Amino acid sequence: MGRYVLKRCWTMLWTLLLVSILIFWIVNLPPGDVLTNQIQQLRASGEGAAVAKAEFLMREYALDRPMWEQYLIWMGFWPGPNGFAGLLQGNLGWSFELDKPVSAIVGEALWMTIALNFFTILFVYIVALPLGAIAAVRANTWIDYAATFVGYIGLATPNFLLALILYHKGAQWFGIPVGGLMGKEYVDAPMSLAKLGDIMLHMIVPIIVIGTSGMAAMVRRLRANLLDELGKPYVTTARAKGVGKVATVTRYPLRMALNPFVADIGNLLPSLVSGSVLVSLVMGLQTIGPILLSALRSQDYFLSGFILLFVSVLTLLGMLVSDLLLAVLDPRIRFSGRRR
Amino acid sequence: MSRHGIDHVAGDPHALGHRGGDLDSHWVSDEPWDAEADLQALERKDLDASTTTLIFRRFFRHRLAVISGIYLLAIYLALPFVGFLAPYAPATRNADAIYAPPQEIHWFTDGHLAVTYPMVSTINMDTFQPDFVSDYEDPRPVRWFTSCGDPWSFLGLAESRVRLICPPEGADLFILGSDRLGRDIHSRIMHGAQLSLTVGLIGVAISFGIGMVLGGFAGYFGGWFDAVVQRSIEIIRSMPELPIWLALSAAIPANWGPVAVFFMISVILGLLDWPGLARAVRSKFLSLREEDYVRAAELMGASTSRIVGSHMMPNFMSHLVASATLSIPTMILGETALSLLGLGLRPPAVSWGLMLNDALDLTAVEIYPWLLAPMIPVIMVVLAFNFLGDGLRDALDPYS
Repeated sequence: MGRYVLKRCWTMLWTLLLVSILIFWIVNLPPGDVLTNQIQQLRASGEGAAVAKAEFLMREYALDRPMWEQYLIWMGFWPGPNGFAGLLQGNLGWSFELDKPVSAIVGEALWMTIALNFFTILFVYIVALPLGAIAAVRANTWIDYAATFVGYIGLATPNFLLALILYHKGAQWFGIPVGGLMGKEYVDAPMSLAKLGDIMLHMIVPIIVIGTSGMAAMVRRLRANLLDELGKPYVTTARAKGVGKVATVTRYPLRMALNPFVADIGNLLPSLVSGSVLVSLVMGLQTIGPILLSALRSQDYFLSGFILLFVSVLTLLGMLVSDLLLAVLDPRIRFSGRRR
Repeated sequence: MSRHGIDHVAGDPHALGHRGGDLDSHWVSDEPWDAEADLQALERKDLDASTTTLIFRRFFRHRLAVISGIYLLAIYLALPFVGFLAPYAPATRNADAIYAPPQEIHWFTDGHLAVTYPMVSTINMDTFQPDFVSDYEDPRPVRWFTSCGDPWSFLGLAESRVRLICPPEGADLFILGSDRLGRDIHSRIMHGAQLSLTVGLIGVAISFGIGMVLGGFAGYFGGWFDAVVQRSIEIIRSMPELPIWLALSAAIPANWGPVAVFFMISVILGLLDWPGLARAVRSKFLSLREEDYVRAAELMGASTSRIVGSHMMPNFMSHLVASATLSIPTMILGETALSLLGLGLRPPAVSWGLMLNDALDLTAVEIYPWLLAPMIPVIMVVLAFNFLGDGLRDALDPYS
């Protein structure tokens, strides 16, 4: 097991490295950058002090160096103007547009993003597991068709439409607050029990919206797997021997069908994170989604680069967790590396 | 089923039920019948049929897939003629009818095929919203096959003002209401389909190309190339799509024309989609490479391109077509999301996502719910592609 964990972590590390290179390249794709534009503007207006500051920043963040060196400094593999001060050392960089360090801007939003995605995954599993199992056991009944219908709705309805409708109806019928992740009075307040409760209440709609399509896919997969298992002779044998109806399903077939369920998190996570970014943008949730969009628009690339990297790390970590869980569940995976 | 087939011998329950009277006696054909031959004949039916016939037979059994296919075919074929079919040009504004609600159309009234009523707007002094009231005293017939409005052009070749439906004289025809500039939403949905629906096709063509080439080479040659391709697949699949799409489309220079932006968006959508296809191609190649007929072709001295092109390709092409069909809706939704967020297509262009940009505001949705109308075609097209893809995937493998 230890060996498998090490191997898996090693794979994740170098995947992360490649992803970071890719992201740095992508955020640097737009011609020109915000600082050069600023300097040009300031030069034109002749504000000497501001130009000096911009040029200081340019040197401070090594923007005058070649691209590969900029990348290495950004990551903290290479000494920049102030020695090693990159992501690895905990220095997230500087937002030129907002004139603040990146860490000050993203701060709380990072936790909100993690919380939102975590609860969405929880929602997906908690709902999909019983629904999928019931859909399989009661195949071709109304509950099965209902699950399929919800699946197609989740598949075809763009997230934000679902969000609009749920907010509208939620506010009308249940008095669920609209938009944002917390009430106005809590925005700058320190974390408290009241604030936590308010955030929870605000999260209900986003979680349902982001999770529905993933949940639907999960239900379909679990249903198919479980149906395959239920048709096998050992299930008939168990029934014939007088094992109870519930026990016949949960003892072995369900456990067999669970494997792909756990493994699926790898496919699920990237789309969940994508969905959370989109829904946050549309509904104005205080996650990193809106910050990312404005950073991309203004080519504030330390900020956008960090957020993209963070989102990827979140995905990779989730995949790591799912792989490790799978290894715990299934010894075949744990030992497969050893035989080679 | 053959008329004097095995089903009579097996005792067809329906045949029994309809005989009436004596249940024990049932009709037996006097024609000579040989059990062995009949068994074979039954199989012959499937054996003699070409793969294409089998595929069609199987496909037509999925009614939902067939309907979806016809629907999609119809709207794609209509795309070049949208200018003729829609009552307005996409940019035609009507300053008197801003945020006009959907208009009533009465069919077969007063001897006309369709009649509409002009809307009179008054400002409601309580809500400061314009109130639109239909003037039922003044029915106006909708005009058919006449020229009206701004000229449209057929693929940039010829211009015309003749339209299938024209608004009645001196009145408007807002079947689905109008937007904040008084443009007809119904016409704009039809014009927007041109970009929204083709974005998926181009994107899939790109992802198909990349996926086939990379997956094929990786599967056929293996070795270090295979390792590199597999790693790239893993990396791209582990990145959340939307943020990367956003970042890439933010990199499109602001001074590019709408057509260039459109192509870049399609390329971006295709660039992140290929790993799934490449993985499928690779695994198919790996399994097909071991097949006897490939070995035989190799031994007979066939070139690599011949083995791949005429022996292996037909075997997995069908599978790929099905998965490509299933990834078109993702791209349509992707374009919608990008345009919606203002990083996709840009305003002189018309697309469903751009139209929905106006509907992002919850208050707008509350007051002008018809702004959400482009949602309907999005959902229908996405569902149709999914049904079609599912049907195709099932039908294209007739020997399973």
